[in-house]
Amino acid sequence: MKKDLLGLKDLSADNIRTILSEASEMKKIVLSPHKKTSDLAGKTVVNLFYENSTRTRLSFELAAKYMSANAANITASGSSVQKGETLIDTARTINAMGTDILVMRHNMSGAPHLIAPLVNASVINAGDGMDEHPTQALLDMLTILEKKGTIQGLKVAIVGDLNHSRVVRSNIYGLTKLGASVSVGGPSTLVPPEMDKLGVEVFNSVQEAIIDADVVMGLRIQLERQKSGLFPSLREYYRFFGIDDKRLKFAKPDALVMHPGPVNRGVEFSTAVIDGEQSVINEQVTSGVAVRMAVMKILSQNGFDE
Amino acid sequence: MKILIKGGRIVDPANKVDKIADIFIDKGIIEEIDDCIDLDGIEMEVIDASGKIVSPGLVDMHCHLRDPGQEYKEDIESGTRSAVMGGITSVACMPNTKPVADNETVITYIQSKAKEAGYANVYPIGSISKGLKGEELAEIGEMKFAGAVAISDDGRPVTNSGLMRRAMQYADMFDITVISHCEDISLADGGHINEGFMSTYLGLRGITRAAEEVMVSRDILIAEATGTAIHIAHVSTRGSVELVRQAKKRGVRVTCETCPHYFTLTEKAVDGFNTNAKMNPPLRTEDDVEAIKEGLKDGTIDCIVTDHAPHHIDEKNCEFALALNGIVGFETSLGLGLKYLVEAGVLTLNELIEKMAVNPARILGLNKGSLSIGNSADITIFDPSKAWTVDVSKFQSKSKNSPYDGFELCGKPEYVIVGGRVLVNQGVLL
Repeated sequence: MKKDLLGLKDLSADNIRTILSEASEMKKIVLSPHKKTSDLAGKTVVNLFYENSTRTRLSFELAAKYMSANAANITASGSSVQKGETLIDTARTINAMGTDILVMRHNMSGAPHLIAPLVNASVINAGDGMDEHPTQALLDMLTILEKKGTIQGLKVAIVGDLNHSRVVRSNIYGLTKLGASVSVGGPSTLVPPEMDKLGVEVFNSVQEAIIDADVVMGLRIQLERQKSGLFPSLREYYRFFGIDDKRLKFAKPDALVMHPGPVNRGVEFSTAVIDGEQSVINEQVTSGVAVRMAVMKILSQNGFDE
Repeated sequence: MKILIKGGRIVDPANKVDKIADIFIDKGIIEEIDDCIDLDGIEMEVIDASGKIVSPGLVDMHCHLRDPGQEYKEDIESGTRSAVMGGITSVACMPNTKPVADNETVITYIQSKAKEAGYANVYPIGSISKGLKGEELAEIGEMKFAGAVAISDDGRPVTNSGLMRRAMQYADMFDITVISHCEDISLADGGHINEGFMSTYLGLRGITRAAEEVMVSRDILIAEATGTAIHIAHVSTRGSVELVRQAKKRGVRVTCETCPHYFTLTEKAVDGFNTNAKMNPPLRTEDDVEAIKEGLKDGTIDCIVTDHAPHHIDEKNCEFALALNGIVGFETSLGLGLKYLVEAGVLTLNELIEKMAVNPARILGLNKGSLSIGNSADITIFDPSKAWTVDVSKFQSKSKNSPYDGFELCGKPEYVIVGGRVLVNQGVLL
């Protein structure tokens, strides 16, 4: 059994289905007036965040609390990181305090993989560098599943900064395992090399990427990428890659509009698209709490089948 | 001390010798090589080398001994013990120590400490620029006269092309080899592994081959324009091999080296965030490995060096992006060469010895790498048919950062003689 959730790369299609089915049960609890289960009663969940995060950290914290766990948060700026302690020593210290689940976000790829074998706690990767963000992809899949009834056979288009995105990588691993076809689009400077070998179609044209798509997902464009010369301006990005009502028409008429947030209005999508009928961006957030509850419940029981 | 090495196959490509014969050593000097030397009644150590290869001691022209300044990783004694265990009797060590070997004093310190240690011969390499800063030339002439055998800013490139040109011209006057670490920093763009499928798959920043090749071509063009010589360090890509091949055809004074990891491993070794597969230049792809082998075979690549780069476990057991570059290499290089080049039919044994002893000595201008009568007796004896398994915990090096733990190799050195002293005897270091 696997005690950790480090990425969807390492999970089987069955593992993913198990999480999604548990998560749809959990979602009922999240949407109910009485949000409390005893699944994690007596357990301790620590959120160790080395990067700024509002929604993911809060989502994990609420998920833990809805299941009656003790939850604590550590952010890098207020911790011994400032005193030069290594990641391994910090993780061992947290582990030694009786932590059952360690939720970790780190700006460097592979950081949770380094820690997982060294601690008894289950490690959940809440985003590592440009590698993976498995719970984000799971919440995206839960949302798609609820809206479309299936993932098998769907076409999912993902557009934006593909190179720096851990969200796109986890989504590719998860969606293709469940039988979706994935096409990705972005400026040539933001597409990582040999991305097609991950089993996706790669385009430098947003229209081609989203044509006949059942789902159109935008990825956050960070302004700092402009400063490092990867594209000239947000304005030009929007002109060639931003998705407005007109471009959205290339996708299927009932295509879902998704975004992991936080959204830059008028960059990845037009405001009209973000607030339009096809947008499920707010449902994604609700799914996020449910998915994290499901993952923590499974890990606190037996973990994932190998 | 008299030593007689009996019945081994003497492989001495510098003298075009490959035959079964005996070698007699007296007072540290190779006195006689003959089909059958019989010296009855004289007290001496006799080494039975029948069935084994008797080779000139290997010469590694690119390593890091970390001394002075980072003795927690390695020091001159532990480093040269490690070298000797690997059959390497002479090493040239890079100047990125603390303080930098950019002056006569540090060069002299390294030599005296090596002499005191008494294992491999150590030839210091001085820096090209003061403090490796790439701004002003170091005191190259003084270092040469103190014993430096080459100059290099290895670990980082000389980014200023004008300074590199001056360094090559100035060094040529002193007849000292210039070794270039070829990397365009802006193209490397803070990357950690080869730019390709694995960088995408692991979400690690990639380093394009062009980062190396742009600099290789720059240095070749400077050498060509000014008529000076350049030695390209640790070639890792198909493009670099081709650039050197074409330059040699045009008559440019260019030589180059590669390391065992560039003909044995690919970027796939990084999977699972394996920091012992992190080095600079990074491990590349199958196609590059093939090109390196072709370059070794056709003579484009002159030397095999270790780039022995010891690091403390804490410097590798950390986030991939923070892990330091490099691996230890002294104790695995011969075995890797024998297994992946000779056994695989890429090179003959003679050619391997040329690249691991003869050519490095020639490029540095050392009277090493041969078994000539009258030379200091630096000799390595091994049996290439004997398999052995790499166990990093047994390394003589202070550091264990090797991706080869558990690899099955062949030809572990059984006897290693430096200056007529048997330092490794039946595989055991004295």
